[in-house]
Amino acid sequence: MRRETNRTGVFTRRALLMMGGQVAVLGGLAARLYQVQVVEGGRYATLANENRISARMIAPPRGRILDRFGTPVAGSRINWRALLISEKATNVKATLDAFSRIVPLTEYERARIDREMHKRRHFIPVMVREFLSWQDMAAIEVNAPDLPGILVDVGTTRIYPYGEHLAHVVGYVAPPNEADVSSDPLLALPGLRIGRAGMEKYHDLALRGRPGAVQLEVNAVGRVIRELDRQEGVQGDDVGLTIDAGLQQSVVTMLGDESASAVVMDCRNGEVLAMATNPGFDPTVFNSGVSQAQWGEWTRDRRTPLINKATSGLYAPGSTFKMAVALAALESKAVGPNDRIDCPGYLDLGDTRFHCWRKGGHGGLDMRAGIKNSCDVYFYEAARRTGIDKVAAMSNRLGLGMELELDLPGQRAGLIPTREWRMAQGKAWNIGDTIVSGIGQGYIQVTPLQLATYTARIASGRMVQPHLTRSLGGVLQPGSLPEDWPTLDLPDKALHAIREGMWAVVNEAGGTAPLSKLPDPKVQMAGKTGSAQVRRVSREMRESGTFDSSKLPWEYRPHALFVCFAPYDAPRYAVAVVIEHGNAGAAAAAPLAKDIMIETLLRDPANRSEPPAAKLARAKP
Amino acid sequence: MMERRLWREASFDLTSKIVRINWLYVLLLCSLAGVGYVALYSAAGGAAEPYAGRHAVRFCIGLIMMLAIALIDIRLIQRLSWVAYAVGVALLIAVMRMGHVGKGAQRWIEIGGLQMQPSELMKIALVLALASWFHRASWERMGNPLFLIPPIIAVLVPVGLILKEPNLGTAVITAIVGAAVFFAAGVRWWKFLLVALPVPFAAKFAYEHLRDYQRARIDTFMHPESDPLGAGYNILQSKIALGSGGMWGKGFLQGTQGHLDFLPEKQTDFIFTMIGEEFGWVGAIAVMGLLASIVIGGMLIALRCRHQFGRLVALGISFNFFMYVLVNIAMVMGAIPVGGVPLPMVSHGGSAMLTVMLGFGVLMSVHVHRDAEFESRSDDR
Repeated sequence: MRRETNRTGVFTRRALLMMGGQVAVLGGLAARLYQVQVVEGGRYATLANENRISARMIAPPRGRILDRFGTPVAGSRINWRALLISEKATNVKATLDAFSRIVPLTEYERARIDREMHKRRHFIPVMVREFLSWQDMAAIEVNAPDLPGILVDVGTTRIYPYGEHLAHVVGYVAPPNEADVSSDPLLALPGLRIGRAGMEKYHDLALRGRPGAVQLEVNAVGRVIRELDRQEGVQGDDVGLTIDAGLQQSVVTMLGDESASAVVMDCRNGEVLAMATNPGFDPTVFNSGVSQAQWGEWTRDRRTPLINKATSGLYAPGSTFKMAVALAALESKAVGPNDRIDCPGYLDLGDTRFHCWRKGGHGGLDMRAGIKNSCDVYFYEAARRTGIDKVAAMSNRLGLGMELELDLPGQRAGLIPTREWRMAQGKAWNIGDTIVSGIGQGYIQVTPLQLATYTARIASGRMVQPHLTRSLGGVLQPGSLPEDWPTLDLPDKALHAIREGMWAVVNEAGGTAPLSKLPDPKVQMAGKTGSAQVRRVSREMRESGTFDSSKLPWEYRPHALFVCFAPYDAPRYAVAVVIEHGNAGAAAAAPLAKDIMIETLLRDPANRSEPPAAKLARAKP
Repeated sequence: MMERRLWREASFDLTSKIVRINWLYVLLLCSLAGVGYVALYSAAGGAAEPYAGRHAVRFCIGLIMMLAIALIDIRLIQRLSWVAYAVGVALLIAVMRMGHVGKGAQRWIEIGGLQMQPSELMKIALVLALASWFHRASWERMGNPLFLIPPIIAVLVPVGLILKEPNLGTAVITAIVGAAVFFAAGVRWWKFLLVALPVPFAAKFAYEHLRDYQRARIDTFMHPESDPLGAGYNILQSKIALGSGGMWGKGFLQGTQGHLDFLPEKQTDFIFTMIGEEFGWVGAIAVMGLLASIVIGGMLIALRCRHQFGRLVALGISFNFFMYVLVNIAMVMGAIPVGGVPLPMVSHGGSAMLTVMLGFGVLMSVHVHRDAEFESRSDDR
């Protein structure tokens, strides 16, 4: 029992000690509280009642988007704007009425301000009006006493120096919606924009940057007395594109008024040097909201200016598809490079007759001649012998009819039909479907970007993927070296046979695109024409002999296509051109592709570190 | 046999148990909950919804639970203390596997629609387990360092798990509460020094392995101006609100800083600031006096208890409550880094209230059974 008392004694002593400690600590806190509340209280009371500290986030400048030479294609410009902090306004309605007398506000704007004010905490400023002129701003400043709660500040707005020429690639920014705001409070800041399309959307997070903060001492009506502390935000990263803005501009100009798309790609690494879609649109319009009139105009235009035709326009590839059929035939050994197929001008299958484009036929042809003459019967037969599934597998391997690893939102996959696909539709595959697939018609749908990728893969023998991001925050991204891409794993001999056929198309007498021969014999181009019917040509029309597609109404004319690469002996650039309802590929698309190729070779963006104009400009003085 | 007899002891029938409840202490707890109701009524801008009404309902549930626990025989609690400890550890592991992630940490687990923080339950279970261990200890065995190794492990396991959540603040509080029980059990002074010496080095090591948000809190505390919109902003606004309250306060529902949304989290972590602004230093001191009397009352229950288990349990639970109060009040005055610790029974939030009331239930059971005779398995007799 003595030990028990011993233990109890220790407990009692220590418990009392702890109680003393607890009382002392709480006493200390009480003393400190006296210091904060009573001794320094006066100072804090002033801060609280007359001069309140107001902390605001400052939006970081959005990162720029640059072309491959560092030329800005999306940047920021100063923007004067009027904001309203609702808790600083004694009567919000009166303040806005007074504001309307200086700068008229529409009903629509009033409704938006009301809506935003209710959704956000009332010390977060709400945008009343932006893009103010200097006069408006001065008028607001002069009338400040009548406008409690209104403050004028300077923000930034997005500008696109290349405007509609690059709109589909760069995309645009627009005010965030409520769902965006709840995901990132930074977006609640007035005037902040979010990437809605193109690279602006794809790299939105990197471009956005980190917000800064400013502590302001403000008086009871919200007037800023002074700035206590300021921390600038971290500007968003710059995004470097693979695009050569100068080349892009030339290509779009060359497309003229056509509803068309052209892609220029570096064959060896898949860098997209130009991705032109015509017509374009002005991306800055989205900054402040699109008017109904403008929207109506876009949606009524049958040339679909808002759609990026290069990545989401779907077209039958027509004869440009024949290289895929030829490679599939070669790989499956269904047709050898020197096997001759006879073309009498048609192929009969049961009671259906499939015509060659050339009435009277081509006679016996080997593969090179088949490509050179773009003989339909040759490829009907080649596809029939190879089988649709092998043709489809080869097309996918070459980048057709499937989504590419592209860093641009909104691409469409297109389609290369297979037996399985047809069966999933509940229908049986028809041998006739294989035959029309042999000349790139039927169910097949591809995008211009896929065509360029396909050409680049044939030219380089590598599985390059098209991409638009070259650097991020100044750091070069992987994929810019040819070694970054695996090989196609096709025998050189087969690829060579195909390339030779494409060379003959352009450079040999009797080829289908003789007008596209490059002027300098040392730099030669290889290519392939294509025209894709959008409507079946009836037998009566064909036999009446008066069939002329250029007399059809615009929307029924066939699309004109051309794919090519150059220089032939050391492929560097691949170009794909699609002109909607442009009639024959040879007549409409091939000459344009030639001009684009010449421009590309002259500028040679893949071998330069600065645009050619910069050198000229420096050489002048 | 002996045990059976004890169960039927005349002094432990239901009526006498109810009489033995420390009703003055219950009154103190009711007053504190009343303070919470008033403050939460003000935090909602002068309305019972959404905070104050629910607060009252929770307190009533908690009170019934507490009184029910008070009637459970302390010897039964003692025998179940290691079970409670095992359940606590299991819950901590469960929260790691499937808990909710809030503010970058996994702390919450949902049981039957009720969200709870296992780390809060763990603190009570740890106190029980340690008290149970030292209850058996003779004075000689206390001197044997080997005897101290199992309880040290019993502290380190939950502390490690809570650190991993990660919840630095609660881990430190848990370790301190454990140390308080060790101290009260009579572990020698110099042994504490031995353990305390490597702490600065461990702290440096830990700082380097903290999560970003934890490091940010400490950095903010060291340099409040470095994060004007983050935690530094909260502390600054809290000080402005407290200071503007002055000696006598602005009056009930008259606080401007809280009502103008300058004060963040005014219904949870910063509820004391709200009280200080509206009722001034005098009001804040009155609330602190109430809190202190609850702490001291718990310590007195410990001193009056005639068995070591009850003494240690009562002391541990009171000390845990004291740590809550200390951390919360020091936090709103900007004296320690912001740690998300609520003011118990005043702040809005259900799980914290229920865990605290659970602890007080055990404390009250100690008081009711203060004269209980334990089986003579103890080495002392």
